[in-house]
Amino acid sequence: MGGRKKTLLGMAALMLLTAPLVAPAWAEDGPGTVEIGSLANHYSAVTFDHAMHTGVASSCAECHHHTTGLAPTDPTCARCHEAGAKAGSVACKDCHSDKRFSAEDLAKIGEKPQLYHKGKPGLKGAYHRKCLGCHTTMGGPTGCQDCHTRNDKGDAFFNAGKYAPAPSTSAGHGGGH
Amino acid sequence: MKMFNRRSFLKGGLAGGAAIAAVGTSKQAEAAGSFGGYPDSMGVLVDLTKCVGCRTCEAACNKEQGLPAPDKSFDDPSVFEEKREGGLPRRTTEKAYTVVQKYDVPGREHPLFRKVQCNHCNEPACLTSCFVNAYKKTPEGAVMYDPTVCVGCRTCMVACPFYIPAYSYSSAINPVVKKCIMCYDTRLKFGKPPACVEACPQEVMTFGKRKDLLKLAHQRISEKPDAYVDHVYGETEVGGTAWMYLSDVPFDKIGYDTHLGDQPIISYVKEFLAVVPMVLTIWPALFTGFHLLSNRKDALKNEENKS
Ligand code: SF4
Ligand code: SF4
Ligand code: SF4
Repeated sequence: MGGRKKTLLGMAALMLLTAPLVAPAWAEDGPGTVEIGSLANHYSAVTFDHAMHTGVASSCAECHHHTTGLAPTDPTCARCHEAGAKAGSVACKDCHSDKRFSAEDLAKIGEKPQLYHKGKPGLKGAYHRKCLGCHTTMGGPTGCQDCHTRNDKGDAFFNAGKYAPAPSTSAGHGGGH
Repeated sequence: MKMFNRRSFLKGGLAGGAAIAAVGTSKQAEAAGSFGGYPDSMGVLVDLTKCVGCRTCEAACNKEQGLPAPDKSFDDPSVFEEKREGGLPRRTTEKAYTVVQKYDVPGREHPLFRKVQCNHCNEPACLTSCFVNAYKKTPEGAVMYDPTVCVGCRTCMVACPFYIPAYSYSSAINPVVKKCIMCYDTRLKFGKPPACVEACPQEVMTFGKRKDLLKLAHQRISEKPDAYVDHVYGETEVGGTAWMYLSDVPFDKIGYDTHLGDQPIISYVKEFLAVVPMVLTIWPALFTGFHLLSNRKDALKNEENKS
């Protein structure tokens, strides 16, 4: 396990080193770093190094599904949006709601379930699936706190840190019921 | 019915078993018809291919349901290695209405994680097996349990095909069965999704009308036939469940019982239910039996805790 991980990390590092050489021109169009904090609750905001990731990715669409002015490439989106208006935005939050579970959003989706936006992840799901999915295959960091540190509220939520249960309260190995 | 506590039930049982039995049978009959579930009931579609085993859902459930502090932190992965007797994976308890299990699947690059909780069956075996009607299926889809009616016989625990109801040993005088209630009183009845669904960072779970979720599930399979096995677990099992599952690994390889059949468990127990009124007439003797049984179990439990 350690060996494979190391190899992958090595590959990622190599890609990072070579990235500036192959970085396409559009890389300059994107932001340098992005503060992702609209959902921060149990964790701090993520400081996302956009410039570094544009170097690693082979195209914008790898994360964004499409670039401005082009139709989405994701087959699920393309089913309806291909022939329609070209995408005017590449911001994640413009398609993936940060209020995915609010009454308004649920009602909106419920109105036209035949469009299956029901299956579209909200902003939280979109971030985690994209980031973790790629990090897993590329050998990037996958621990929760590798990207965002947990705050005190988060520690309480997870019964961790200073809220961790005393070790002695754990009775045996959870068996014997 | 709500005013019915254990004591008055017992009294009624002794004084007029027949009257109680009549209430019991009419209620059962309501559930026993070819019911097939409420048409607009809600459900949850769980996409196992997306779960990363972070256990955020467990922490969310713990807080939402006001459950006691866990034995280990919710970010502690060592719980996945805990095995019950016979090498079986961890399961729901009176302190944890949902648990995530880990399966190492040969040939799969990463372990598969599976969240377990009550499946909120369309025609719940816990409900139909309970002869004091402690269970109720709400039109929203949740299977609820009323501790004020429960006599602690634990038939539901045996009847549930998914081994979900857990028994609370914290009070020997007032027995309580504990299980996931789909966050009914704090969320579902207000149209909100369960706490575990909302907390999941991967949005593994989709909340919506059961019938819409079924369409979504089949669409996902047909769009990515290589990413999923061609089965929606819970679509038909035991007459259908509100919580349904998509997986890339055959369900029988990851602890799902694929031999339950499509018939609600009620069909098998109908005959048994007809016997219930008679059972009620021998109620005092029966209760003594249960009481002895529960005392014995509690004694065993105490011994276990001491050792
Ligand atoms: S919170 Fe979501 S990803 Fe994490 S273990 Fe639960 S279902 Fe899986
Ligand atoms: S899963 Fe078990 S406890 Fe839940 S509704 Fe079905 S039979 Fe009842
Ligand atoms: S639906 Fe509610 S009660 Fe059930 S497992 Fe999820 S958080 Fe817990």
